[in-house]
Amino acid sequence: MTEATAEEYSPTNAPPLTKEQALSNLQSPDLSLRYYAAWWLGKFRVRSPAVVDALLAALEDETDRTEMGGYPLRRNAARALGKLGDLRAVPGLIKCLQCSDFYVREAAAQSLAMLKDKRAAQALMQLLEPGVAAAVQVPGRPHLTQPYEAILEALGAMGATEAIPLIEPFLEHPMPRVQCAAARAMYQLTRDFCYGEYLVKMLDSSNLQLRRVALADLGAIGYMPAAEAIAAAKVENSFKLLALKGLLEHQLQQESQGLFLTADAIRVMNLMDSLL
Amino acid sequence: MTATTQQLIRSVAEADSPAQMTAAVKKLAAAKDEAAIPTLIAVFGYNNPEAAAAAVAGLIALKEAAVPYLLAQIDDYNYGARAYSIRTLAAIADPRALEVLLSSAVNDFAPSVRCAAAKGLGNLQFCKLDPPQRQTAQTKALETLLLVSQDPNWLIRYAAVVGLEALAKIPQLQQPIQTRFAQILATDTEQAICARVQLAQKLGIEDKLQTEN
Repeated sequence: MTEATAEEYSPTNAPPLTKEQALSNLQSPDLSLRYYAAWWLGKFRVRSPAVVDALLAALEDETDRTEMGGYPLRRNAARALGKLGDLRAVPGLIKCLQCSDFYVREAAAQSLAMLKDKRAAQALMQLLEPGVAAAVQVPGRPHLTQPYEAILEALGAMGATEAIPLIEPFLEHPMPRVQCAAARAMYQLTRDFCYGEYLVKMLDSSNLQLRRVALADLGAIGYMPAAEAIAAAKVENSFKLLALKGLLEHQLQQESQGLFLTADAIRVMNLMDSLL
Repeated sequence: MTATTQQLIRSVAEADSPAQMTAAVKKLAAAKDEAAIPTLIAVFGYNNPEAAAAAVAGLIALKEAAVPYLLAQIDDYNYGARAYSIRTLAAIADPRALEVLLSSAVNDFAPSVRCAAAKGLGNLQFCKLDPPQRQTAQTKALETLLLVSQDPNWLIRYAAVVGLEALAKIPQLQQPIQTRFAQILATDTEQAICARVQLAQKLGIEDKLQTEN
């Protein structure tokens, strides 16, 4: 969610790779080259059937393993597939939701959120089935049993209204970040303003990280009543501008062919101007 | 420097919590004393956004008097502080800031600094310059904003459109700016940028109608 907001933006960190090289590097005996190529193909959104095929094959990789049993190449391949927008990736990503590596499951859920294909709803819902009580920290690891934030966001993004009864209890999860993800999904699935206001309240949190999360969520759902609260939030302007851009885009999509601007769209742009 | 200002500067130096710092800076800003300028600028480097916002407001209120200090005291090693300086210079709009805004808009690595500079370039009070100087300055501002409007980063392009909109108030510059706006509408893939161009065009037409009536 924060990729485009990094303040230390540097246009020169791209290595001299070409599409062909990246594609052939995915088969390289050098594991680090494979790992990097998978990232690169997603980052530069190299959309071609051959790339999708190669990345789908990389989702099954067994050679690149971490000491903890993780699958680094699978993680990057799953992340890249979300960015390429090819729905052929959906079955492979659904399979990744069962991977033993938490970060593969997380990457797959995030990519399924981008692809918004409802074929994934059932598999995502299964991960929520055990309920909030099972959503606890894995001993000795910095994450929960499942990538709950990504799962909730994916179900909201793909409009899986049948998941509402499974999502709602997560508003009571002890971790505010998970609550935010649940509120975001609930708003997308019900359009009930109470969930938007839930996120607006999070903007007053004493935790900067959480304020950033709430901002990103409000931008993602395009919750227009939050515009002024976003502009006034105690967060870096770059994050606020990105959230307001989300509101603006949402507003523009609702307008007829964009030949005129609504008062709401103008209101958001005036706020954006003031933050430059 | 009055005794009060001295006292207020000391309380900024002695503040030992972010809240105390913010309160002290607000009081110092409210004094509207030019002697406070270097202290207010120094606040930009303290990583306290609320205090920095109060310092920006205080410096803007002091207008042209703050400009030489702001230009001399730009922090080359802290982009957060630099963004506050550029925002303040942009808001005061004194054309002595032209060179700094030109180079910041193109060369700074931090998007926040580049955005503030791009916005500022459109709003400078060019009328304060002598006619020959004025024309050169306007041309440079235009060329720079046209270049910046092609940046890969959407936020920089957005700021360039905001700068160009302001610059389009100058009659001689309207033609190239309208041409560029039409190009952006035809090619930019970001809806937000196209919407901002449409807003600029709408405001431009409204301005024109007002002056004609």
